[in-house]
Amino acid sequence: MTARILDIPVWEVVKKIANQEISSEDYISETLERIQKIDPKINAYITVIKEASLDKALELDKQIRQGKTVGRLAGLPIAIKDSICVKNIKNTCGSRMLENFVAPYNATVADKIIREDGIIIGKTNLDEFAMGTSTEHSFFGATRNPWDSSKVPGGSSGGSAASIASFEAALALGSDTGGSIRSPASFCSVVGLKPTYGAVSRYGLVSYSNSLEQIGPIARDVRSTAILMDCINGYDIRDSTSKNTVPQRFADIFKNTVKNLKIGVPNEFFGEGVQKEVHKSIWNVIHKIEKLGFHYEKTTLPMVKYALPAYYIIAMSEASSNLARYDGLRYGFNVPKNNLNWNTTFSKNRRNGFGDEVRQRIMLGTYTLSAGYFDQYYLKAQKIRTLIKQDFDRAFKKFDILVVPSMPILPFTLGEKLNDPLSLYMCDINTVPANLAGIPSISIPCGLSSGLPIGVQIMAPPFREDLLFKAGYLFEENVTIDKSVGEFTNV
Amino acid sequence: MSSESKKIKIGLEVHCQLTSLKTKLFCNSPSDYREKPPNTNICPVCIGTPGSLPVLNRNALNYATMVASSLNFEIMSHMIFFRKNYFYPDMSKNFQITQYDRAGGVPFAINGYILLNNGRKIRLGRMQLEEDPAKISYDGTIESSSETYVDYNRAGIALIEIVTEPDLESPSDAREFLNKLSSILEHLNVLDLGLEGSVRCDANISHRGGKRVEIKNISSFKEVERALNFEMTRQKSLASKGINVSQETRHWDDVRRITISLRLKEEEQDYRYFPETDLVPVTLSETFIEKINHDMPELPKEREIRFQQEYNHSSEIARVLVKDKYLADYSEKAAKESIAPREVGILLAVNLPPFLNEIGKDLKSLDVAPEHFAELADMISKGEVSRRSSKTIFLEMLKTGQKPRNIFDKKGLDVISDSKSIEDIVTKIFKDNPEAVKDAAKDTKAINFLLGKIMQETRGRVDPSIATKLVKQKLSVQ
Repeated sequence: MTARILDIPVWEVVKKIANQEISSEDYISETLERIQKIDPKINAYITVIKEASLDKALELDKQIRQGKTVGRLAGLPIAIKDSICVKNIKNTCGSRMLENFVAPYNATVADKIIREDGIIIGKTNLDEFAMGTSTEHSFFGATRNPWDSSKVPGGSSGGSAASIASFEAALALGSDTGGSIRSPASFCSVVGLKPTYGAVSRYGLVSYSNSLEQIGPIARDVRSTAILMDCINGYDIRDSTSKNTVPQRFADIFKNTVKNLKIGVPNEFFGEGVQKEVHKSIWNVIHKIEKLGFHYEKTTLPMVKYALPAYYIIAMSEASSNLARYDGLRYGFNVPKNNLNWNTTFSKNRRNGFGDEVRQRIMLGTYTLSAGYFDQYYLKAQKIRTLIKQDFDRAFKKFDILVVPSMPILPFTLGEKLNDPLSLYMCDINTVPANLAGIPSISIPCGLSSGLPIGVQIMAPPFREDLLFKAGYLFEENVTIDKSVGEFTNV
Repeated sequence: MSSESKKIKIGLEVHCQLTSLKTKLFCNSPSDYREKPPNTNICPVCIGTPGSLPVLNRNALNYATMVASSLNFEIMSHMIFFRKNYFYPDMSKNFQITQYDRAGGVPFAINGYILLNNGRKIRLGRMQLEEDPAKISYDGTIESSSETYVDYNRAGIALIEIVTEPDLESPSDAREFLNKLSSILEHLNVLDLGLEGSVRCDANISHRGGKRVEIKNISSFKEVERALNFEMTRQKSLASKGINVSQETRHWDDVRRITISLRLKEEEQDYRYFPETDLVPVTLSETFIEKINHDMPELPKEREIRFQQEYNHSSEIARVLVKDKYLADYSEKAAKESIAPREVGILLAVNLPPFLNEIGKDLKSLDVAPEHFAELADMISKGEVSRRSSKTIFLEMLKTGQKPRNIFDKKGLDVISDSKSIEDIVTKIFKDNPEAVKDAAKDTKAINFLLGKIMQETRGRVDPSIATKLVKQKLSVQ
């Protein structure tokens, strides 16, 4: 068996493993070899789980040979962002603060993956506590873009997206607070879904901004993304914000081709910050779809222009409180014992345990929640959030989906924006509206420019992930991307 | 009410653990954390492990609704939880999940009240549901201890906070208020007041419109009156010396029984309250509240009225009996066993308290069954013992736990009822006290001396009215 098995679409692999055409052992071994070979250059992983993964693969192969029923993810190597807890595995959040923190329990999504016989092959790199758009802000070093290792992979789930683009995993989980799945999906030319707020349990996801974030799947194609989403969505009694609805099933929706789709293209997402290469690529795919008989219409979501400041105020406010627990007392980074008072001890631990970006966001968030500023920042941001939701509600009365660029720019060079946080924050301009509105959104590869990926973002009404998969599949079928031009994107 | 004490304004902030809940407020760890080795009654949620999320205990809503209803609160139909942010090791997340009445927050309930016996209304501004912090302890005192110990067993226990307006006018008002509150909570069966630390109280007190002083760390309702009395005296004595009371927070030292200054309140701490979006907003429907009200256990006020009707207690006695659920339950058991429930009431509400005060114990610690009280009440009402002898039996019963009938038999305390015997005794007393007889013949008031002698002779076993009648007859014959 050659490394070529990694090139087979994952939704086919899972069938081939189940009917013994491919053994899970081979697939896992190939993946581990690939990791060993190229990850030193990519740095997608913080932790790789070798022996246990192989043991599990052997066990599954045996069960399959014995004719036993196995789960829907049986034998697949799955990478999980290192902010999602997997029992007895380190959960660092890319931070010195949690460098040695071993999760004492499984996140609900990890439980679900294990129950479906998925093999958790490792934990992936991220911007510290998921705060970033480039995966450069990690205590464990930056992750590099598999298409061009001098470029960033996007973020914060950069490790997960890079692991998929470079064939270091079959499927991956990321989390998306303001674009953290779609940004790296776009930059790495893979598919990344941010589900509806409440569609997937957040239990076990270390909170950055809890009212905005969702866990979601990343894969190399739409159908494979749907397989993982199938297994992780649904109500969880341990997450009060998860929706008490029947779990959605997506794997079978690709049998029928989509016929009618009312497509809206909102102006606000094509503003001056959007590079012309991105502009061109998105319109290119829209026109292709139009030629197939799908009509689009330009539209406007006027409140979206306030989305970025509203997003950062809410995210930082919540972060300042969510990250308060890291004081080094019960777990995590702790300066050597001293006879200082609580405040000094906590300050020392937090000053040394957190990186600059995290400290900056905590301080800004503390400020926006402070007496006297609460009304003009936090409350105002919440009002804008409501207005943005209403904008989307109105748009979805008319359209089934909205199509926009995922990222306004092409993947940039490592270090390029490190001293310019504002321009880094601007990268989130097209992704944060979906988080503020709680709606599902997917990024689909739509082209390359000078060998660098561009992603198209599709948004749909709450709990209409089915529309995203159907439309995404349609887009995917009409776009060809030459993987041979990437540094680590072909096997 | 003296005019002096009217110049005192007291407000209380009461925290009660809902100890009857099986689990903590936001996780499945047991509520029963007492006596467990430190940090064993915990789970990822209550120690704030990264990634864990709170889930509201729905039974806490039932209990809190019962409490709010019985304290005449207006229950909010739509409420949210807030985070109160502060860095301290007693909060594993460095924020407390609580409720708030500002910044868009809605508490559990507003505008409740409790009526004092004199009919005065003590307004309860708001009630909220929140989580208890962990317990911090030291080797000895804060200053001398080289270590600080944090025990998270208590972290996350459901608490209700009840805040009064400054309507209490004296420390004894505060005591009466807390007695009423305790009795209501006990009747609701939502908490066990006997458990250490199940109720805690902070008090605000100001004198003659002076600055407000907050007293923290009052660890039981019984201590509240004491702490307030100390603080009232302290403030009055400062005022009499012309010294202004400063606005500050003081700590109640229940060993030395004094308040100690903790910090001057020149600035309010900024807790950066904002919504806890890990929990969804709570909606309490009218049907839900109606159902809770319908299933509500009997409250002290209702029980007081029923006691008067069912057991023929006077209103005063009924009120004393329901002040404490244990006493009320006990009296009800005794009353049911007795043919003279009214007598039972008198024994328990009038005769018992002075005895308990004197020996410094409570009813629970006595080894006396309710049936004993019933038996004694029956003996009194049948006239088998005189009221005076009954007191001897009563005290003996409380001290030894023996049945009244046994004490009665042993001590020979049956009433001398045949008139020949009484006549013999009267004759003997007349013979022994000729001077007193002469005086009595002149002055009817001196009869009492003779009667006293008769009672002494018979150890009170003679009905005083019969004895008086016989003495008067005998005097008139002479």
